[in-house]
Amino acid sequence: MISFSPSEEQQMIVNMVKEFNNDHVRKVYRECDESGEIPANIIDTAWELGFIASSIPEEFQGFGGERSALTGTLIAEELAWGDLSMAMHILCPALVAMPVVEMGTDEQKKQYLPSFCGDKFKVATSALIEPRFDFDPAELQTTAKRANGGYILSGEKCYVPLAADADLLLVYANEGGNTQGFLIEKGTPGLEIAEREKNMGIKALATYELSLKDCKVPKENRLGGDAGCDFNRIYNLSRVALSAMAVGVGRAAFEYARDYAKERHAFGEPIASRQAIAFMLAEMAIDIDATRLMTWEAAWKLDRNEDATKEASLAKMYADDMAINVTNNAVQVLGGHGYIREHPVELWFRNGRGFATFDGMAIV
Amino acid sequence: MIDFELTPEEQAMIDAAHKEALEVVRPISRYYDEHEHESPKDFIEQQWQQQAQGGGSILGLGVGASLRILENCWGDAGLMLVAPSSGLGGAAILASGTQEQQANFLKRFGEGEPKWGAMAMTEPGAGSDTAAIQTTAVLDTETNEWVLNGEKIFITGGQRSMESDGLVVVWATVDRTAGRAGMKPFVVEAGTPGATIDKVENKLGIRASDTATLILDNCRIPYENILGSPEVRRVDSSQTAGFKRAMATFDMTRPIIAAMALGVGRASLDFVRETLEKEGIPIRYGLPSHKLTAIERDVMEMEAAYKAALTLMLRATWMMSQFQPNSLEASMAKAKAGIVVAWITQKAVEMMGPLGYSRKYLLEKWMRDGKINDIFEGTGQINMLIVARRILDYTREELK
Ligand SMILES: Cc1cc2nc3c(=O)[nH]c(=O)nc-3n(C[C@H](O)[C@H](O)[C@H](O)COP(=O)(O)OP(=O)(O)OC[C@H]3O[C@@H](n4cnc5c(N)ncnc54)[C@H](O)[C@@H]3O)c2cc1C
Ligand SMILES: Cc1cc2nc3c(=O)[nH]c(=O)nc-3n(C[C@H](O)[C@H](O)[C@H](O)COP(=O)(O)OP(=O)(O)OC[C@H]3O[C@@H](n4cnc5c(N)ncnc54)[C@H](O)[C@@H]3O)c2cc1C
Repeated sequence: MISFSPSEEQQMIVNMVKEFNNDHVRKVYRECDESGEIPANIIDTAWELGFIASSIPEEFQGFGGERSALTGTLIAEELAWGDLSMAMHILCPALVAMPVVEMGTDEQKKQYLPSFCGDKFKVATSALIEPRFDFDPAELQTTAKRANGGYILSGEKCYVPLAADADLLLVYANEGGNTQGFLIEKGTPGLEIAEREKNMGIKALATYELSLKDCKVPKENRLGGDAGCDFNRIYNLSRVALSAMAVGVGRAAFEYARDYAKERHAFGEPIASRQAIAFMLAEMAIDIDATRLMTWEAAWKLDRNEDATKEASLAKMYADDMAINVTNNAVQVLGGHGYIREHPVELWFRNGRGFATFDGMAIV
Repeated sequence: MIDFELTPEEQAMIDAAHKEALEVVRPISRYYDEHEHESPKDFIEQQWQQQAQGGGSILGLGVGASLRILENCWGDAGLMLVAPSSGLGGAAILASGTQEQQANFLKRFGEGEPKWGAMAMTEPGAGSDTAAIQTTAVLDTETNEWVLNGEKIFITGGQRSMESDGLVVVWATVDRTAGRAGMKPFVVEAGTPGATIDKVENKLGIRASDTATLILDNCRIPYENILGSPEVRRVDSSQTAGFKRAMATFDMTRPIIAAMALGVGRASLDFVRETLEKEGIPIRYGLPSHKLTAIERDVMEMEAAYKAALTLMLRATWMMSQFQPNSLEASMAKAKAGIVVAWITQKAVEMMGPLGYSRKYLLEKWMRDGKINDIFEGTGQINMLIVARRILDYTREELK
């Protein structure tokens, strides 16, 4: 039966994230964007909230909660409302953990999942995007070739979060026309992590380019073993996560612009009492809500193990446009002040522009 | 629990509505577009039988009902409005009438010959600005009757309401100096002396539906025909009871208008998809945007916009079914659906080239039909105003 109310448990999780945002994230996110560093205690505190371990079965030392993409979207939206860089950093280990939970072989689960359930933030990441304008996740330029009972990977990747510190990477490569995932451990010869990237936005998130130079990977490290992985599903889980994050960023920008518009006076009255401003805000609110609802629907389908390619790709397409329009409008509502880094709307605008680029950088 | 699954009953209702739209409505759709003031007698009779069985108003309050209306309008939005029912008049009576009034006035819609109900707010000098209505209601204390005077225009189903044994809910002011506080709804039953249909409009679209002018010339109605209290309370205008009731009616009907819009929008989208399919042109979901053809991108943008409006509509109707206040969400859905249907239908005509513009097909008709949803029950701008006031927590004085 159609319903739009989150469960009590989901509401509790959302409230927990809100509290975390107000107590921690929102106190420092501005400085973090300037310095490019996220304080370790924030990441540790977030780790204690157990976003990742809660979706890992008890037999692998997780909390054994129900794995739900829908709950994941609620968390992703809320974390991204706090700050997108931190949200992506905090949820980065899920880029490896969730595909292994869903598609890993028993050995892979046994070998890797317990390491996501310890006391300390597990630095693991995945590499999908390649540095070219016509990047296509279904036709990767990075290749995986069979040789000597294993695989040899070669190619270039970019926008790999936390790569320099990661001890486990899930690298996607083109294996005979299909996209497959390969679990590569730190220090594997041929895996070369380049310098940290400098981007327009998400500046507090450390991302890297990396190259694979005839990097040898044992055949046991192919995600899902002989069966391989269902990359389409992984990609849809990512679309949904990013759409939810776009909603979070959009909502942050909208709320700030709305409050500012009520305070700021021009021509003798608050600028919010002019339709030019008020209608912009109304449109922002409508598109934010619409994106959230579309994202929920796609996640709901994924939770039923149905193919959600259409729903997820339409939601992501809508979310990409929404994110840039809403954050652009938020800057506009603040006028010249929106352009100044004293106010956060320019940060959200820079981050919002990224959604069309961020492919596979988050997962629910 | 967040859930997007329809119940089997809802699905069955939607499937039945779709079948009827396809088999009964579509075949006569063009004819009644081209024969504007002709009545589809068989269709009316058949709809009346169905609704007498179901008993009551088209304004079912749930998600299932909204999706049924969507299917009806996928068939034909004009004909959907011609199906005999208590219509917006019924919605007003449900929103503001006492139990007794509801029984009294709505009973007729389940028995006898086909009947219609309508609501008359708009006047030549008062459209969006409903508070500017000039129609008056004066109590004649000797006969204990209300005496109505004024001119109401653009009444959907006005002619059929007055020519069947139906009714029109007329908004009039009992005290012009009181502004919104003086506005009250009155039930004018068909056949009341002094209430006459003066004109039926020729329109751009939804031509099967009659849009009428009602002249009230010393029209006398019983005291009991006022819906709600006759008292004029002079308080802050947006808080007044009479006006609030009118707005409560809109909170109920706006998601329904959104559903109507979506029906027309999906008809156009389906036309585009089917035409492309016939030509062997697939829509490849999930490709990166640089690999999409212009046609694919257009179709996907239309579908995404459709989904956006659809989910907003479902949320607003679901809230209504849960008895949650939904004024903000109803206006969001209405504003979005109005814009989306106008855009999708126009885009579809553009994309389909000569097929789109030709009257051989229904696409051009849907473009004309769909546009009404951005106008009635509050124009797109008025709904944006409502959304903006809600999100800013502003009164109508703070945001005009
Ligand atoms: C990098 C930079 C360089 C600048 N250089 C100069 C300079 O050299 N000299 C100088 O004098 N100034 C300069 N400015 C200031 C600039 O001209 C102002 O920021 C601009 O005029 C907007 O004013 P505001 O920032 O006070 O916005 P506000 O006036 O507060 O406007 C806020 C928002 O409300 C909207 N708004 C305001 N009134 C209305 C209305 N009546 N109807 C509808 N919408 C309305 C605006 O369009 C805007 O979206 C500079 C600004 C920047 C950012
Ligand atoms: C086919 C049809 C059926 C209808 N059925 C009914 C019915 O059953 N009952 C009924 O009572 N009415 C009905 N109407 C009337 C309909 O509700 C009105 O036409 C509508 O509310 C707009 O009023 P108006 O036409 O006077 O336009 P106006 O109010 O004159 O508006 C003209 C333009 O100005 C804009 N505008 C007005 N005020 C503002 C503002 N404050 N801020 C920004 N923009 C503004 C409007 O959005 C619009 O774009 C029907 C109309 C049609 C065409």
